[in-house]
Amino acid sequence: MSAGRYEIRFSGAGGQGLILAGIIMGEAASIYDGKQAVQSQSYGPEARGGASKSEVIISDEPIDFPKAAAVDALLALTQEACDKYSRDLKEGGILLVDSDLVKKPPKGKFTLVRFPIINTAKNEVGRTIVANIVALGAMVALTGIVSRESAEKAVLSRVPEAFTDLNRKAFRAGYDKALQARDK
Amino acid sequence: MSNRVAFLQGNEACAHGAIYAGCRFFAGYPITPSTEVAEVMAKELPRVGGAFMQMEDEIAAMAAVIGASLTGTKVLTATSGPGFSLKQENIGYACITEVPCVIVNVMRGGPSTGMPTGPSQSDVMQARWGTHGDHPAICLVPASVQELFTETVRAFNLAEKYRTPVTVMPDEIVGHMRERIVFPEPGELEVIDRTGPTVGPDEYKPYDTRFGDVPPLASFGSGYRFHVTGLNKAEDGFPTTRAEIVQAEEERQLRKIENAVDDIVTFEEYLLDDAEVAVVAFGSIARSARYAVNQARKAGIRAGLFRIITYWPFPERQIRALSERVRAVITPEMNLGMTVHEVRRCVEGRAPVSGIFRVDGEPIGPGAIFAAIREVR
Amino acid sequence: MGFDYDKYIRPGKLPHIWCPGCGHGIVMKGLIRAIDALELDKNKTAIVSGIGCASRLPGYMDFCTLHTTHGRAVAFATGIKMARPEMNVICVGGDGDGVAIGGNHFIHACRRNIDMTYLIMNNNIYGMTGGQFSPTTPYGAKASTTPYGNPDPPFDIAKLAIGAGATFVARGTAFHAAQIDKLLAEAMRHKGFSVVEILDSCPTTYGRRNRFKSVVEMMNQLKDMAVPVTAADKMPAEQLRGKVLTGILYKESKPEYVEEYRKLVERVRAEG
Repeated sequence: MSAGRYEIRFSGAGGQGLILAGIIMGEAASIYDGKQAVQSQSYGPEARGGASKSEVIISDEPIDFPKAAAVDALLALTQEACDKYSRDLKEGGILLVDSDLVKKPPKGKFTLVRFPIINTAKNEVGRTIVANIVALGAMVALTGIVSRESAEKAVLSRVPEAFTDLNRKAFRAGYDKALQARDK
Repeated sequence: MSNRVAFLQGNEACAHGAIYAGCRFFAGYPITPSTEVAEVMAKELPRVGGAFMQMEDEIAAMAAVIGASLTGTKVLTATSGPGFSLKQENIGYACITEVPCVIVNVMRGGPSTGMPTGPSQSDVMQARWGTHGDHPAICLVPASVQELFTETVRAFNLAEKYRTPVTVMPDEIVGHMRERIVFPEPGELEVIDRTGPTVGPDEYKPYDTRFGDVPPLASFGSGYRFHVTGLNKAEDGFPTTRAEIVQAEEERQLRKIENAVDDIVTFEEYLLDDAEVAVVAFGSIARSARYAVNQARKAGIRAGLFRIITYWPFPERQIRALSERVRAVITPEMNLGMTVHEVRRCVEGRAPVSGIFRVDGEPIGPGAIFAAIREVR
Repeated sequence: MGFDYDKYIRPGKLPHIWCPGCGHGIVMKGLIRAIDALELDKNKTAIVSGIGCASRLPGYMDFCTLHTTHGRAVAFATGIKMARPEMNVICVGGDGDGVAIGGNHFIHACRRNIDMTYLIMNNNIYGMTGGQFSPTTPYGAKASTTPYGNPDPPFDIAKLAIGAGATFVARGTAFHAAQIDKLLAEAMRHKGFSVVEILDSCPTTYGRRNRFKSVVEMMNQLKDMAVPVTAADKMPAEQLRGKVLTGILYKESKPEYVEEYRKLVERVRAEG
């Protein structure tokens, strides 16, 4: 049932690693935090480009409907994804967008948080490829639905050892910047 | 993190279930949205001393698993939509020759290429009637990642026990979604092996009905020499056109499954005891339906869910009994009306049966089902 | 004392379905002699076929036999060989079964170089269904579906096999009966995918439509058209026109699929 049910959607373009971000979020909740989680995705035929989304439902109770119906928190890394996937964002929900790429976020009764996510990955963390982990850190901070420790553990269990530091740095950069952007 | 617990995709769980059941040969062909089954099998089978083959096409994949099964090996193939169509002829071959095998068909939109990445539940009739001629069918439709594991194990058990092909048909949502799964310990789930011959090679016949409707199956290479053909055959395995034998053999093949429905048919009833409205659903849509039933209960409507787990043989008796208690039945499904006809056949006019049909690549959400419950009440 | 074929024939399964004058029986006897020469264990030998007149052969043979669907023999056989590598696997069938509907399986089995022997009885016609043209029916020939002559150019099965990567390719004819078992024995000794094409004749559905006066005339044609590959080198091109080379046409040693896969399994298991 919807009580205790929390719906998160990661959206952007194919190839941005958003499905992985959703998987890590689900893993953090279900394996490390002991909650229930379901992750699903929809994608087009392109391996790169197009609009892509990854959804995670988190709950204390068994989850029946596995897809998002009323989104509590939405990430949009492209304008196209933002336009396509923001319609079912809940009143009072959270919308996180990349401020460089989403110039026209929708208007509504939700908390809008903007910061340059991809640019943070590229210039502050050092690699564009970890933009998904920056975004994940930001969503963990903004939603508070999984613990920071569990999320970090889940991130590090998914990446090769050689990239541990890079990913930890990306996660923390996203986490901190999102909170700063929200409280600004 | 215990290695018995994982956050896994349905298709991945299916492959792990197959390994757990003792599957040691997989042949397949890449196709969306089932490919992850093949990918996991390619990785896992060599580790347990089995063999994985990516064949030149879907037809060859089906053929190779039947050949491998005849050597006494548990076998799996996985496919979707167009691939399931291509496999039908050899599925019929496995039916008439009574060779155990498990086929996973992760359902996507169709017909033809349809919507390769979109979910669907429109292959359920093909699972029953896809190959030509009369033949039995067992088809399982799991609704969660954990259940895709356990139902795959059960599919192997049924295939081996009843000498028949068994299809496991998650829709794309169940095949691709991720949930936590707890891997059963070895021995925790029952694993059934096929019954081998109890007579010597000189006396052995591959369809010897002295041993019942499911005759023991010997393995090629084990000292038993016998003939296997797709022609109508006599109990010694050789072709025959003798009318009484052909009739008896075809009837036995249907009977061996029909007489075992109590062992095969599984389902889940949720809040049906006092229900006025019953929703009959399966796969991911059963999860929407459960959500909607809970919504209805909150709104004071006595709704319940009948979740089909074994689609074929269809849970006829259970749905007939249900129709004697409820005022209306709703069947939401990701096709343009298939289950609804089966349900109507069982309900026999005792209650109105309406459907919710969707084939646009999106699941039927709880809202649509809740609205239908309110309407028929 | 003559050769004892009965040792390998299933009691009570003869007579066979083949017409008088059909060469398939000659080929089956050649196969039996080859199996005998190699002393193959009947319990460890699978004979697999598709659909068609030639594909009825396994039913007569006292081995592990599998009569499958049209064109798919090699794919079924691949499953047997991978699951039980210690078995000897022999596929048999005709031209339509092998290189029309089964063409894809045929070329990929050649490519994989999986250790089995494929015996193709090529009589240039679909006999069982009543004489429709096959992918090896000569250009211009009459068949029930080419009443005005065949507009399709034919396949050369041996060349197709070589091109697709088969590591042993031989050709014989139903006339040259004594050569059949030699070619098949060599093929079965070879480690890898071996193809033996035996040119055969179908008097009932091909000969009749294409002005052969008798079975003997069809057999004589097989005799006349065959040129041993060893003799062909010394012959001028004009003498080779209309002729078909026979004998072992191609042979090479390449990694075999089942062995390669077993090595992979051992490597993976050693790594843990």
